Amino acid sequence: MNRPRRDLLPLLLIPILAVAALPLVGSPSSWVTLTVAGLAMGMMVFVMASGLTLTFGLMDVLNFGHGAFIAVGAFVAASVMLSLGPWMAADSFWLNMAAVGPAVLAAVVVSGALGFAFERVIVRPVYGQHLKQILVTMGGLIVAEQLLKVVWGPEQITLSRPTALRGAFLFGDIAIEKYRVLAVAVGLVVFAALALTLNRTRIGLLIRAGVENGEMVEALGYRIRRLFVGVFVVGSALAGLGGAMWGLYQETITAAIGAQVAVLVFIVVIIGGLGSVGGCFVGALLVGLTANYIGFLAPKVALGSNILLMALILLWRPQGLYPVAKR
Amino acid sequence: MTEALLSLRGVETHIGQYHILHGVDFEVPEGGLAMLLGRNGAGKTTTLRTIMGLWRASAGEIRFGRRDITKLTTPDIARRGIAYVPETMAIFADLTVQENLVLAAVGGPPEAKRLDWIFTRFPALKTFWTLPAGFLSGGQKQMLAVARAIIEPRRLILVDEPTKGLAPAIVANMMEAFRELKDGATTLLVVEQNFAFARQLGDTVAVMDDGRVAHRGSMAAFAVDSALQQRLLGLGMDTHQ
Amino acid sequence: MLRAFLSDDLPRSRWLAVALIVVLLGLAFAPFLFPGTKSLNVAAKICVFIVLAASFDLLLGYTGIVSFAHTMFFGIGAYGVAIALTRMGPGWDSVAVGLVAGLVVAIVLAALIGLFSLRVRTIFFAMITLAVASAFAILASQLSDFTGGEDGLNYRLPAVLRPSFSLVDGTLFGVRLNGRILDYYLVYVLALVLVLLLLRIVNSPFGSVLMAIRENPFRAEAIGYRTVVYRTLASCIAAAAAALAGALLALWSSQTNPDTTLSFDIMIDILLMVVIGGMGTIYGAVIGAVVLVFAQNYLQELLGVANQALAGVPLLAGFFHPDRWLLWLGVAFILCVYFFPTGIVGRLRAQRRRS
Repeated sequence: MNRPRRDLLPLLLIPILAVAALPLVGSPSSWVTLTVAGLAMGMMVFVMASGLTLTFGLMDVLNFGHGAFIAVGAFVAASVMLSLGPWMAADSFWLNMAAVGPAVLAAVVVSGALGFAFERVIVRPVYGQHLKQILVTMGGLIVAEQLLKVVWGPEQITLSRPTALRGAFLFGDIAIEKYRVLAVAVGLVVFAALALTLNRTRIGLLIRAGVENGEMVEALGYRIRRLFVGVFVVGSALAGLGGAMWGLYQETITAAIGAQVAVLVFIVVIIGGLGSVGGCFVGALLVGLTANYIGFLAPKVALGSNILLMALILLWRPQGLYPVAKR
Repeated sequence: MTEALLSLRGVETHIGQYHILHGVDFEVPEGGLAMLLGRNGAGKTTTLRTIMGLWRASAGEIRFGRRDITKLTTPDIARRGIAYVPETMAIFADLTVQENLVLAAVGGPPEAKRLDWIFTRFPALKTFWTLPAGFLSGGQKQMLAVARAIIEPRRLILVDEPTKGLAPAIVANMMEAFRELKDGATTLLVVEQNFAFARQLGDTVAVMDDGRVAHRGSMAAFAVDSALQQRLLGLGMDTHQ
Repeated sequence: MLRAFLSDDLPRSRWLAVALIVVLLGLAFAPFLFPGTKSLNVAAKICVFIVLAASFDLLLGYTGIVSFAHTMFFGIGAYGVAIALTRMGPGWDSVAVGLVAGLVVAIVLAALIGLFSLRVRTIFFAMITLAVASAFAILASQLSDFTGGEDGLNYRLPAVLRPSFSLVDGTLFGVRLNGRILDYYLVYVLALVLVLLLLRIVNSPFGSVLMAIRENPFRAEAIGYRTVVYRTLASCIAAAAAALAGALLALWSSQTNPDTTLSFDIMIDILLMVVIGGMGTIYGAVIGAVVLVFAQNYLQELLGVANQALAGVPLLAGFFHPDRWLLWLGVAFILCVYFFPTGIVGRLRAQRRRS
């Protein structure tokens, strides 16, 4: 029997899309800007979506309240950064990072904690009942959004990027925003960390096996329920990280920020295949690129184009780009 | 008389609104191979799943060794020393053969001697060690499923239809493997529809009908009573699948 | 006689029957019982949302489909009439054209979505409908030439429905019988008819098949019912009803914009209505709609009082700010899903069985 070839076709879609867009965009410098923007946006969405896809793959739980973690991450990071305003505005890179670092850390910790509470209180009682899960997590999102308004007030918060991350690298005609480069770097680090954990550690092995057949993993003697909480918390923490990054990207934050980007997160999770981190990664980049290319070419239909993308991919592979072999 | 390793008394199981097991009583003596036979729908798979805790018994008692395991969760039951090879084999298709076995070796890296035995009995597993298990053939997947159950010593192994859909040559290989297993210290409880397999390997037999155990006793006695076989199974045990 | 009227689906609970009668009569005589433009507005809104929630119940409660695209059909119905009235002038022919156009678009869209995605799992479908609805809402605000963009459309209603129109000179019980009243009764009667129609549909053999599919799709398929076909049909009927509700709204308020017809808040509202009222009962939608619209309008005042009382304690006061009424309803919603999955109606009926 031949060793099967690695399924690289979905991965190739990314360069194919980028190359196809070049003639449409016209100017190479614009194309570079858009491509970097698309990759940056894709990376941030990936960070937010990776937790959701694992949670669903492993626990068969779809958390419609995932947007709440994103929003909380954005708000907490914003609060910390605003309180360290002088450091953010300072000219020193390290001083800037001294403000951003704790902000991001706080965002991750608080979102993770919220995720823990969410799993215990809202999700755990409805394991296995998909309809109730959808309803209850939706309710959780509503309540969380309102609570955000209680704590932070209903007005939007403006957040400026720290000095070191403002502006762009200039290469002749081409301007590449510094922040976007950072976003891509962070996204790659998160992906690498997840990939390593999943493929090289025992816990990763458990997760991958659990995504396929949780029952059998239990029959082998593993208390997989405990793993669920861990994965849920990591997923919500990652969502918080993504939210913090997204908040800095958008530079204005409202309580609805989670729900707004959540639609993109769901599209990415569906495109990638529920339970596949690799699929999520590819899907997120495709979505980011599409949103930016179409945003440039025909701004009115940007979101619609992503839905079209989702429809096309589902027609090609109904279970997503990298479906996980189930039960 | 050897004390029963596993005993079920009055076990009832409901799945949703369906009442599947209506009071199952039987014992599996320590050492050897006990066969669980019966027509389709008699409740054999449900019995195994109930023992394993995958479905909760709504009434009755299950004892393993001297411990009552009726209300334990599946992982805890597995940790007491029971391994399970389901009808669907349930191998992890996206994981490699190696990863499947590493995962099954809960206590640590697999013991070399055991691995050797597995490779001798099931050479395909060595050949495709680093291949994702989903690419194995049906027979090879079954070998992997059995290998997973024995990669570490277990006191009791539950096996659900190990020869289903397998070619005769592979069935013969499986039979040899089981023969060697039961001569070791492991007890096996096997559900089978392949009567030749059952007759040659089984030491004791329990026959289920309609969610109850209709007959229990030694395989030797059951094998010669064709009238009883006809009544309980609808066919004589000389019939091959 | 009453049984036939209600398609053999009686309230089966004294309290529920009382509540329904109160709602029926209260709405019937609203112009006289609660005079004033604000109250009449609330009453009309309740009528419209009763139909919208009932159509959603057909989908969620009876067929077991979670669709977040339901407000889209509401919007399509409303914009259909609105665009027709804007472009073709304030006449009944415009209304007819707009109505039919809205219905056709809604049904076709529902059929497409259904056939494409009802084959996939519940959760997939829910996410897809969420994405589609979001895209549609954005599209509606972007295509400003057609839809009036963010501000929506302002138009004149047919002469008979305008406040300036006088049915009879003078007043009845202190209320001027003008076009507004006529408009209200148009909305009320049509809403009533639609609810009774939905009641008939869910109590028909078709409705029984839907419930069977909801309970156990595999078994239903095995018996021979093509579940995709039935689900798509249910989607189309629900979409049509939602579109009609939208048309009613457009006929009541002479303006239609994305906020009042397509926003996700509305989706949340009808979700709350159906779950708190009681899924799979139609009456639940009626009760739920009344509860929610009242809460929206009057809970805020209640919260305002509490807010004032807690003025000294900043964070705590924030919890009771009138704008946070959705927080409390959200909590009530979650509690309902856990503890009262059958909603108010289910509770009332269970009470009756116990006594």
